[in-house]
Amino acid sequence: MLKDKDRIFQNLYNDLGSDVSSSQKRGDWVNTKDLTDKGRDWIINEMKTSQLRGRGGAGFPTGLKWSFAPKEVGSRPHYLVINGDESEPGTCKDRDILRFEPHKLIEGCLIASYAVQAHVCYIYIRGEYFVDGQKLQAAIDEAYEKKLIGKNAAGTGWDLDIYIHYGAGAYICGEETALLESIEGKKGQPRLKPPFPALIGLYGCPTIINNVETIAVVPTILRRGGEWFASLGREKNTGTKIFCISGNVNNPCNVEEEMNIPLKELIEVHAGGVIGGWDNLQAVIPGGSSMPLIPKEKCETLTMDFDSLMAEKSGLGTAGIVVINKDQDIIKCMARIARFYKHESCGQCTPCREGSGWMWRMLERMAKGEATKDEVDMLGDVTNQIAGHTICAFGEGSSWPVQGLLRHFKKEIEERNNLDLIVEKKNTIPYLVDQHLLDKKNA
Amino acid sequence: MSLRRPAKEQPETFEFNSSSLEAANAIVSKYPKGKQQSAVMALLYIAQKQNDNWIPLVAMKYIAKFLDMPYIKVYEVATFYTMYNLSPVGNFFVQVCTTTPCMIRGANKLVEACKEKISENESELSNDKSCSWMEVECLGACVNAPMMQINDDYYEDLDKEKTLEILEKILNGETPKPGSYRGRVSNQPENNRKTLMDLKNA
Repeated sequence: MLKDKDRIFQNLYNDLGSDVSSSQKRGDWVNTKDLTDKGRDWIINEMKTSQLRGRGGAGFPTGLKWSFAPKEVGSRPHYLVINGDESEPGTCKDRDILRFEPHKLIEGCLIASYAVQAHVCYIYIRGEYFVDGQKLQAAIDEAYEKKLIGKNAAGTGWDLDIYIHYGAGAYICGEETALLESIEGKKGQPRLKPPFPALIGLYGCPTIINNVETIAVVPTILRRGGEWFASLGREKNTGTKIFCISGNVNNPCNVEEEMNIPLKELIEVHAGGVIGGWDNLQAVIPGGSSMPLIPKEKCETLTMDFDSLMAEKSGLGTAGIVVINKDQDIIKCMARIARFYKHESCGQCTPCREGSGWMWRMLERMAKGEATKDEVDMLGDVTNQIAGHTICAFGEGSSWPVQGLLRHFKKEIEERNNLDLIVEKKNTIPYLVDQHLLDKKNA
Repeated sequence: MSLRRPAKEQPETFEFNSSSLEAANAIVSKYPKGKQQSAVMALLYIAQKQNDNWIPLVAMKYIAKFLDMPYIKVYEVATFYTMYNLSPVGNFFVQVCTTTPCMIRGANKLVEACKEKISENESELSNDKSCSWMEVECLGACVNAPMMQINDDYYEDLDKEKTLEILEKILNGETPKPGSYRGRVSNQPENNRKTLMDLKNA
C-alpha cells in the first residue's frame, strides 16, 4: 500500500478543511513563485520526467501536451481549459477535488497557465455539480482576495483570471472539442481533429485542455520533483491515482493509490470486499462504463494501470471501478449502459446516433431472452460499424462495453436467446439489423 | 439522443428581474468582448431559476435578444442540454440516477418510492403540482449509490425507506437535509478506513 506521506490529496476525506490557510498547511501555495521562476522549459521538462499521463481517460502524456502550445504568443491569446465535466458512470473523483482540494486545482491552473502562456483559464464543471462548483467558486474568490490569482498572481508576475463555466447535463461535453463548443455557447457536438485544440481551440485560439485531477497533481509533482512521481507505479504508468470503487462492494469509496496496484487489493483492502465474498464476484468494469468489463478469473491477478489493462483489451479510463457480483444480471447491467449511451449520443454522426439505439434495444431483448440465435453475431457487427466510424471517441466508448460483454459472456447470452431465426440469412444480401421491427410488434 | 419538447402552454412575456439581470451581466463579463454567446448556457439557467424551474420559449427569445444572437441558436442549446426543463416540473424537481452503478445498488427502489409518492409516470406533476420526478443518467456520485438530486442538492446513500421520508418532506414544502443518509461526510470507506489515518485521528 502507498505510504500516507506519498499521497497527493491529503484532504481527500475532508479531515483538514479546504480553505487557503489549511491548504497552505499541507503545502499548497507555498513558494509558488520559486516554481515559476525556474521557467517554462523546466516546468514542462519536469512534467515529462514525471511521465504523468492525463487522468481524464485517454492517458495522453501531460508534458507532451503542454509542449504543443505555441512557444510565442501571436495575435491570438492562449487559453487553458480544465475539464471537470465528470459524467462517466462509475467516476466521482473530480467532485472530491472540487469540494475538498480546490486550492490544489487553482494553484495547478496558475502553474499550467504560466507554462502554456495563458492569462485566462476556464474550468468547465458539469451542471449537476452546482453545489460543488459553488465551493470551488468560494475558493477562487478567496484566492483572488489573497492575491494568489488575478494581477501578478501569487507574486509570480503572471496575470491569471479563472472562471467557472457550468455544463447542463451533456455527457458528450467531456470530449474536449465538444467542451470547447459548449463554452462558446453552442450545442456540445465534437469537432473534427485536426486541427487540434493546442493550435485552434477555444474561439479559434491555442488552447490546452486538461482534466481536473491532472492539473491538481501538478504543484505537488513540481515541488517533490518529477523523479519522485516517476518512482511510483511503473514505467510509463507512474504516480498515484484516485480510484473510485462502486457497485457491489461492502464499503464503496474513493481512495488515492499507487498506479499498478492489484485490483484485488483495491477491492478487498479499501472497499471492504465484494458483497457475498470474493467468490461471488462476477465481473468488474475497470475504468468507467466505456471500458470493457473484465471477468472474475482475470480479476485475481489484474493490476490497475494504463498498459496492463490495455493488454486485457480494456483500459484504465478514469479509474472508476464498478464491481458487479453474481446477484446481478450481467446482460441487464450492460443493457443499462447501452441505454446511457443511447441517451447521451450527441446525434452528429449517424453510426453512433442510430447504432447506440440499436445496441440498447437488442440488449434489452437479449436480457429478456427474446432475441434470435443470429442476433448475437449481429450485435457484434453493429459494434464494429460504430467503433472507428465517428468523429469522436464516443463511438468506441459506446461499443466497447458491448464488445466486452460479447467477448466474455457470449455463452450466457446464447443460452438465454435461442429462438429460431425470423429471417433466414442470405449471404448475398446484407441483412437489415432492424428487420425484427417489421416482424414483431414492440420488439 | 433524448426527445425534448417545449410545453404546450406558454406564457406570453418574460424578462429578467433585477437580481437575474445583475447575475447575467456578471456572467457576460467573464467572456471576451464579442463572445457574449458563451453566456447563453448560464443565462438559460438563470431564466430557469427565475421561472419556477422551467424555461418558456419567450425566455429563449429574450435571451437571444440579450446576447444579440439568433433565437434558433438559443433554442438549439436549450433543447440539446438535458438540464434545461422545457415544461413545468414543480418547485421540487427530483432526479433519480438509474445508471448501472446505482442500478446494481437498488436504484429501482427509489423509482418505486417516487411512483408511490409523487406520480405514477415520470415527468408528470404531483397532484398538488409542487413536484415531479424523472430517471436520469449518471449524476457522478457512484460511490454514494443509490442517490438522487432534488433541485441543486444531492441525496446520497439512500434506500426506499429514506427516499419515502425525503419525498414526504418535499410534499410538505420542506427542503430535506442534503448529503449522505448514512452519515458519511466524504467518499471515505464507511468503516475500516486504511489511508490517511494520522489525519483522521489528529
